[in-house]
Amino acid sequence: MSEKKQQVTRRQFLNYTLTGLGGFMAAGMLAPMVRMAIDPVLQESGAGDMANVGLAVEDITNEPQRVDWTITQVDGWYESEVTKSAWVFVNENDEIQAFSPICTHLGCVVSWEGSEEYPDQFFCPCHNGRYYKDGTNVPGTPPTAPLSVYEHSVENGMLYLGQPIPRGEA
Amino acid sequence: MLQKIYDWIDERVDVTPIWRDIADHEVPEHVNPAHHFSAFVYCFGGLTFFVVVIQILSGMFLTMYYVPDIENAWRSVYYLQTEVAHGQIVRGMHHWGASVVVVMLLLHTCRVFFTGSYKKPRELNWMVGVLLFFVILGLGFTGYLLPWDNKAYFATQVGLEIAQQVPFIGDALRTLLAGDPTIVGAQTLARFFAIHVFFLPAALFALLGIHFILIRKQGISGPL
Repeated sequence: MSEKKQQVTRRQFLNYTLTGLGGFMAAGMLAPMVRMAIDPVLQESGAGDMANVGLAVEDITNEPQRVDWTITQVDGWYESEVTKSAWVFVNENDEIQAFSPICTHLGCVVSWEGSEEYPDQFFCPCHNGRYYKDGTNVPGTPPTAPLSVYEHSVENGMLYLGQPIPRGEA
Repeated sequence: MLQKIYDWIDERVDVTPIWRDIADHEVPEHVNPAHHFSAFVYCFGGLTFFVVVIQILSGMFLTMYYVPDIENAWRSVYYLQTEVAHGQIVRGMHHWGASVVVVMLLLHTCRVFFTGSYKKPRELNWMVGVLLFFVILGLGFTGYLLPWDNKAYFATQVGLEIAQQVPFIGDALRTLLAGDPTIVGAQTLARFFAIHVFFLPAALFALLGIHFILIRKQGISGPL
């Protein structure tokens, strides 16, 4: 052995290379598995697909009306027809409003003036949740957030709706 | 005859010490219900394991009929429940056993807590036990969806919404569990089946192994 200080001994060198090689082999084995498992998280969301809901803009009134339309839902390898619903009206600023009928409390379906006791409100029959006409939840009732709002656009005088966007807590 | 087979193997592989290490050990007087009847509280851990073994066995047999596909899952469970001899019993064992495991687990946790058995040097085993608790709850949650009936569907819907509330990673976590950002469907069922039948049991076995090795290593905690 020379007097020079050994930076890396033969044993250390072999240990490092063996660990490195083992690491490479383990990574090569695990990488495709992990990537496959997390694929749904990394997939581009299908949002932005707007569907014609079969309602002419001139038929939208100040009174919320319920529209139902069908979309083809693609769930991996399984395609199915799914019915979606919205409450559509024009507010006092002449803006089209399309609310998701899904109660933000526990996911039941709300209806406009669903209770005779509360005219001019959205009402959820499950736990008496209520929302004002602008979709905000009435304080003191179960819902903790306003109704979600559909993205909407108008083409050739017809209403197109996209995804319901949650409005957060209020 | 059996003795001869055993001797033949033992002569070559020397299994007796292994067997002795696993099964042959003293049960201290203070944990033996034959001495003090109140010591039955020390049985809850073993009972939890016993029910877990029943869950594993009944689960293995259930997969002979169960199909993790949204078109057929419910029908396969219905068939197994109504047409297959003793199918109702095996599924009943798995169904009720799932609740019994959680009950036993909680009783076991209470015993460990109130006898102070989690204290030094056994803190690590307490932590492993807490992880086991999470794994068991995970098994209960993922197993609940598999019959693919209304109760299963909506319970999972709620469970996924709870997962979604996790700060920062909630949405990704939900998607990772359900296989889709919004739908509870074909991919969700396939994933839950995989998690229920392969991933969580693997974690369960590993943690149980550590749990038991630590008990043997450290012994049962002393009397109160």
